[in-house]
Amino acid sequence: MCPDSIKTFFLDGREIPFREGQSVFDAAMTAGAFIPHLCHNPDYEPHSSCRLCTVIVNGRPFASCTQPAVAGQMVQSDTPELREMRRVLTQMLFVEGNHYCPSCEKSGNCKLQATAYDLGLQDNHFPQFFPKRELDASHAEIILDRDRCILCGLCVRVSRDVDKKSVFAMTGRGIHTVIVVDSPSGLLKDSKVTAQDEAVQHCPVGALLLKGKGFDVPIGERIYDKAPIAEDSVAKFQAREAHIHG
Amino acid sequence: MASKLKVATCSLAGCFGCHMSLLDIDERLLDLLEVVEFDRSPINDIKLIEGMVDLGLVEGGLCNAENVHVLKHFREHCRIIVSVGECAITGGIPSMRNHHALKECLEEAYIRGVGVENAHIPNDPEIPLLLNKVYPLHEVVKVDYFLPGCPPSADAFWHFLTELIAGRDPSLPLQLLRYD
Repeated sequence: MCPDSIKTFFLDGREIPFREGQSVFDAAMTAGAFIPHLCHNPDYEPHSSCRLCTVIVNGRPFASCTQPAVAGQMVQSDTPELREMRRVLTQMLFVEGNHYCPSCEKSGNCKLQATAYDLGLQDNHFPQFFPKRELDASHAEIILDRDRCILCGLCVRVSRDVDKKSVFAMTGRGIHTVIVVDSPSGLLKDSKVTAQDEAVQHCPVGALLLKGKGFDVPIGERIYDKAPIAEDSVAKFQAREAHIHG
Repeated sequence: MASKLKVATCSLAGCFGCHMSLLDIDERLLDLLEVVEFDRSPINDIKLIEGMVDLGLVEGGLCNAENVHVLKHFREHCRIIVSVGECAITGGIPSMRNHHALKECLEEAYIRGVGVENAHIPNDPEIPLLLNKVYPLHEVVKVDYFLPGCPPSADAFWHFLTELIAGRDPSLPLQLLRYD
């Protein structure tokens, strides 16, 4: 049991301490409990769009990245039902895009792929959509491959909030939603984006890549070749917490 | 001794990489052959399955009419069908042509291709007709198991086959699950 002065909630029966204002997701990851996620990067404001981090709080589903931790709440995450929901969400992401892992520069560093491994996906179940999406290779240093985009919106948020450029936005609805670029021609080369922009560095998949860097680290020596995403992201999260909060 | 399990294999719109990876189990092939015998397979060049076999390992997706005939033949004659590798499971690299019209692809290769002489689209009746799109196997027949990888590693094949033959769930453990 934690001391009374420390507030706690219960995650899958385990007591998890939290700081005031922390989300369920942040508290769980700090305590070493991995919750699968794609659109959330702890360095930026949560967005709760991918819904992969959905947990059941006191009987109701919430995205854990935006759900504030409250003392005494009962949270379920690692249940067969939630695991199956995450599997189906991930399968739908795979069939709605064009994800060719064998020929993708991001393979081994890709959060979508690593999350699918974590969830044990061996097939996509649904019919492939094979959508036709535009590739933007116009920029000298950056490529935007919409085939691989999962519409997590991280580049949109980071370009707006951190880089202060709002280079990226989403347009269209439902299955027709696409990332667009703010420039007169609609092409990256005519936008304000640079290879140093944070928005370009954090794409969880291979949609935004720096040219000429794709194979700097060989296949087999990449992030998720070394450790599964559950282990890697908890370790990085805890290191980040220790750095910020001591 | 119990009779051996019969296994058939084929490569459709694939590159034979999955078959090569199966052969990469090396000396474990001898252990495998203690418990299975190969029916129709490129390994022995038997063309048709007679009767029923226990397991059909199908590499590659469906890109032409012959692929569909072979797959349906496998489904009719195999108790268990396994989609082996990226192309069988998702369509894989061959399905990149799905973003273009078939006519465009053929013209690019046979009419406008660099160094093409006597430009015409091949139309010999011996050549199987191409499908408009490339499809993964499970969109055409029921598939019982999926063995991902490009190709699945020899260890993944070994794990999958030994677990399945032992009557257990052949799901791949995390360290053997790869899509590339």
